[in-house]
Amino acid sequence: MNNLLVLLMALPVLVGIVLIFLRRYVRLQRWISFSVMIINFIISIILLNQIQEQGPLRLDFGGWEPPFGIMFVADSFSVILVLTTSIVTVVCLLYAFSSIGKSYENMFFYSFVNFLVAGVNGSFLTGDLFNLYVCFEVMLLASYVLITLGGKKVQLRESIKYVAINVVSSWIFLVSIAYLYGAMGTLNFAHLSERIAESGQTPLLTVISVIFLTVFSLKAGLFLYYWLPGSYSAPPTAVAALFGALLTKVGIYAMFRVFTLLFYHEPAITHTIIGFLAGVTLVGGSIGAIAYKDIRQIVSYNVVIAVGFILVGLAVMTPEAIEGSIYYLMHDMIVKALLFLLAGTMISLTGYVRIDHMSGLIKNYPLLGWMFFIVMLSLAGVPPLSGFIGKLLIGQGAVEVESYLLLTLVFISSIFVLYSLLRVFLTSFWGETLISEDDEEPMKKGWLIPCVLLTVVTIGLGLGAETVAVYVADAANTLLNPDIYIDAVFND
Amino acid sequence: METLITILAGVLVTVATYLILSRNLIRVILGTAILSHASHLLIMTMGGLKTGSVPLLGEDSETFVDAVPQALILTSIVISFAVTALFLVLAYRTYQETGADKLHELRGFKDE
Repeated sequence: MNNLLVLLMALPVLVGIVLIFLRRYVRLQRWISFSVMIINFIISIILLNQIQEQGPLRLDFGGWEPPFGIMFVADSFSVILVLTTSIVTVVCLLYAFSSIGKSYENMFFYSFVNFLVAGVNGSFLTGDLFNLYVCFEVMLLASYVLITLGGKKVQLRESIKYVAINVVSSWIFLVSIAYLYGAMGTLNFAHLSERIAESGQTPLLTVISVIFLTVFSLKAGLFLYYWLPGSYSAPPTAVAALFGALLTKVGIYAMFRVFTLLFYHEPAITHTIIGFLAGVTLVGGSIGAIAYKDIRQIVSYNVVIAVGFILVGLAVMTPEAIEGSIYYLMHDMIVKALLFLLAGTMISLTGYVRIDHMSGLIKNYPLLGWMFFIVMLSLAGVPPLSGFIGKLLIGQGAVEVESYLLLTLVFISSIFVLYSLLRVFLTSFWGETLISEDDEEPMKKGWLIPCVLLTVVTIGLGLGAETVAVYVADAANTLLNPDIYIDAVFND
Repeated sequence: METLITILAGVLVTVATYLILSRNLIRVILGTAILSHASHLLIMTMGGLKTGSVPLLGEDSETFVDAVPQALILTSIVISFAVTALFLVLAYRTYQETGADKLHELRGFKDE
């Protein structure tokens, strides 16, 4: 029992509600939501260290014993993700302060960011399947509002598709929960895992697991990613960065949880399918990333590539590969937020979205240019930066199980990432500058500081890999040995 | 009884699929609403139906119905109401802004 756990979700929910009443006090709203995320950050660091000592923590709501009540379980994997979520949200809020505009701030923008974070944190921490669904919906409803807030034509048009697809996928989620409940008679993760291990993963259960795979693929943008680029390009920069960093990662988290804790007995079927889908996603994402000249599309397709990349680790399922996936997950949340922020800054500075309409930006905004360069290297996986270790470990895992096709796709897709971003860098930062000194839009500090912060984090994550490695290794260990999780839930 | 309800759920899914595949936005939204009802029926059937019983009758009662599916359905009905309401408002706003109430008019992503 550890009551700190509930704060990670309860605090954003309560604060989100309180902020509704503080509608007119924009400055107050800003700093309250900012401090909530800082508090979440501190709590998750405390929790991470406690988990190191005591193993996964749990909180039974209302004192109901595990298989009967609902509860939160925190193992290293979920808390690492919560930690990264708070870092990303703090920075996106900081960016929003100077970019989002009064009209958004007056229309409950900060409330909905808080609700979104509550949903995301809840999904990471929950200990049973139905609450995963509920937290997903909390997150999705907040994201529906955030994507449409502002009510521009393009936002409304994209959000219709986004909402429709997510409603249908939530329905599939409910159906699969119903089937699993009918087959197993419980929805608690640990209890399910135990029962599935007892009865063996029968063909029926494998079919149910594939339905789960469909749902989470839709949410994570694995293979079924057609909705993603459009809807991530529509909202304003700070929101798009939050989306790009958080939303797909929840689907990925759910997939890791379900396929390492529950359905890990038939890897020949389920994990092969995941591997196949991840490969197709890598190819499709790579094609998308180099096909467009709209910078928002390029950046969104980079999200798709990363999803394929992380799930190669799950498909391979060796200790190194899982560790690599976790490492890459952290890296990707931070770097994708940074990439979206930089792209958004470029758009608001020049007023264009197509890369061939911008040129020579590095003359006017050198720091922006060099930060873009660092992001590019980090995403491509150049050693001192944070992407390298994840790629190395996933590659190592793929070699170990001799799936050379996936290995090739992983590294070719890295080259495509590098190429797509290098193209942006060359056409829009290099060359003749189109902006004369008089027309130069001044760079706001509020735009630059968040980006600098994230750049520092990505460099720090690469250089400080040793410090993080302990937690990542523990998370991978828990994922690969479901007994640790089950023990933590059923025994005190 | 289980068979009957399962068939009913199947019919609802059929109707909903037909509606979702149509071009009209309002029909799509109605389709998603019906889809969620089908899934609620499915959850209830999966928990097992016993004619004439209620969930909780104390420890000694001989027949009772599993209470968990009912709790799940209750939560999920609330969520689907919220989503449907939001979706309807969204469709109305989209119609106001773009003049489109057919899905194919909303296709593609153009630079704006």
